[in-house]
Amino acid sequence: MLNDRQPEIGSTIVIAKVAFNAILSRLREKGYETIGPRVKNDTLIYAPIEGVDDLPRGYISEQEAAHFRLTYTGHSRYFDAIPGAQSWKQFLFPPKAELFALRKTNNRWEASTPESRSPSYAFIGVRACELAAIQIQDKAFLRSDFNDPIYRARRERVFILAVNCMYPAGTCFCVSMGTGPRAKDGFDLSLTELEDVFLLTIGSEVARNLLDGIPFELASAFLLRNADQGLERAASQMGRKLDISNLPDLILNNLDHPHWQEVGLRCLSCTNCTQVCPTCFCWDATDEMSLDGKETHRERVWDSCFNPGYSYQAGGNTRPTIRSRYRQWLSHKLGTWKQQYGTLGCVGCGRCITWCPAEIDLTKEIPMLQEEAR
Amino acid sequence: MVAQLTTRPVAINTEHLLEPQWAEVTSITKEINDVSTYWLKFTDPAIQKSYTFQPGQFNMLYMPGFGESAISICSDPNDRSKIGHSVRFVGNVTNAIGHLKVGDVIGLRGPFGTYWPMKELEGKDVFISCGGIGLPPLRPAIYHILRNRQKYGKVTLLYGARTPADLMYTNEFDDWRKANIDVQVTVDRGESNWTGRVGVVPMWFYQFRFDSRKTAVLTCGPEIMIRFVIYEALARRIPLESIFVSMERNMKCGQGSCGHCQLGPYFICKDGPVFRFDAIQPFFNVEEF
Repeated sequence: MLNDRQPEIGSTIVIAKVAFNAILSRLREKGYETIGPRVKNDTLIYAPIEGVDDLPRGYISEQEAAHFRLTYTGHSRYFDAIPGAQSWKQFLFPPKAELFALRKTNNRWEASTPESRSPSYAFIGVRACELAAIQIQDKAFLRSDFNDPIYRARRERVFILAVNCMYPAGTCFCVSMGTGPRAKDGFDLSLTELEDVFLLTIGSEVARNLLDGIPFELASAFLLRNADQGLERAASQMGRKLDISNLPDLILNNLDHPHWQEVGLRCLSCTNCTQVCPTCFCWDATDEMSLDGKETHRERVWDSCFNPGYSYQAGGNTRPTIRSRYRQWLSHKLGTWKQQYGTLGCVGCGRCITWCPAEIDLTKEIPMLQEEAR
Repeated sequence: MVAQLTTRPVAINTEHLLEPQWAEVTSITKEINDVSTYWLKFTDPAIQKSYTFQPGQFNMLYMPGFGESAISICSDPNDRSKIGHSVRFVGNVTNAIGHLKVGDVIGLRGPFGTYWPMKELEGKDVFISCGGIGLPPLRPAIYHILRNRQKYGKVTLLYGARTPADLMYTNEFDDWRKANIDVQVTVDRGESNWTGRVGVVPMWFYQFRFDSRKTAVLTCGPEIMIRFVIYEALARRIPLESIFVSMERNMKCGQGSCGHCQLGPYFICKDGPVFRFDAIQPFFNVEEF
């Protein structure tokens, strides 16, 4: 039965900004933990939010290579500040997760798998690039021949409220990667913030049911045009751009290019880029054992191809130099990823540029391969 | 890529990521100074019954508190009663395995990876050239050939080790020779009583006659040896498509998820370890890739 108080999937409704609180409390009533951007210690993190007052209203984030500054300008919008180092990756693919615990009795190991307490998250304010990143990680964790139970349990429960970016930051290049600034699909709700109202596009049946009974109006042509214009303006204001027309070949044909060495000299191999990258999926498994040797906890933790131990094995380290580790990262991200998953591994969020302490900027490094290769 | 896995590994817990099945050490064979073969049998008879593998595949062996290590299976695929792993004691996990006694248990996940294309090799001459710990992953292939000897043409094993004391499985060589496998051995450094060959594996290629139209080369060993074995094979006009290589990398999951074992577009744990050489050739000469 169609409920005439429910908006159709694909339709865009308009709500007052204060009414957003009702949506958030609805989500919590349904058991979701509502996570959104909030200001903490002068930066922007993703953490539980109760209502719109927790959102970074009036803030913008200045981002450049090796530069992030959250500034209060006093504007009236809630979703203007482009996110910081954190992405949603930490919720679906936790930086540390227990795989199982073992206890030794009579020379045998008994497993006690942790009670699967997989939280239901509602992500409030997923940028188009971040949504694309989630879809890319889906390809890595939810394959037909390998289905990651930790990721799957969290992913299938998640509620995604996407936000279309009106004011991109200096390190953004989602337009080049074809992922933004407008969220195309894969969301439950997508929000466009105008000066005094929120436009919400309904993306799923879950969202439709969620809005049941909340008073709404369909967005007028005027408001829709307003949003379109804002997003067009945003698309023209990207801080960075990258020509991907010749990727991945450009990289794969230049694996011995001298520029790798040049970047290798600047790169500190600090792993920042891989930790902030919303698509990087590498992990390590470690054992934490009790002192009496009778109990062990096996955990999965984020790893990085920049860690010297990453490629270490009995025969030696496969990639002993920073040059080869940087090349591994970039040639995977913008090269071999395509062969593995049918898409490049970069969404143009710019985090690796903002958070690299050495100001290494892939939108500048890739053209170097191009120029010198001629 | 040689072959894609068509079935899920038997000894793997699909619901709990990375949780191993348990196997008991039924016996230990000391092979050489730092290598022993651990013969394992699952504590759950149902798993033992359903466990099968192909020559060239590997298992992840887990020592609680230490971690996991990818170890290739060195036993006869047709012997369903036990699974053999020749382990060189070289790192944290393998040294811990070295302390196991008969009756102890060890975690096991597998089998993983691609395998030697034994079916495709039928009717061909098979030239196996390997070095050091590269022989164990080829022993199941040799067992397969022994059992199906008439299906293969000339079969040669060219095997090298550092010293005569580092040669493994020597007590089986006579059986293999009786089955008309030409077993040839070389060492990097001989001793005063050594009357055999001295020199690295690739340098002895010149002594063999290859029919390049029908010879396949199977190789596993140190990367530097593999490199020169391939040069020697190519110099003898063996086509790229007839060279098969078993590669090694740091591995954590065995399922192409953790990322450690990548070689270009491949996850060596699932797209390898056995590759037809033409698949990896573009990356083979890229230093530190």
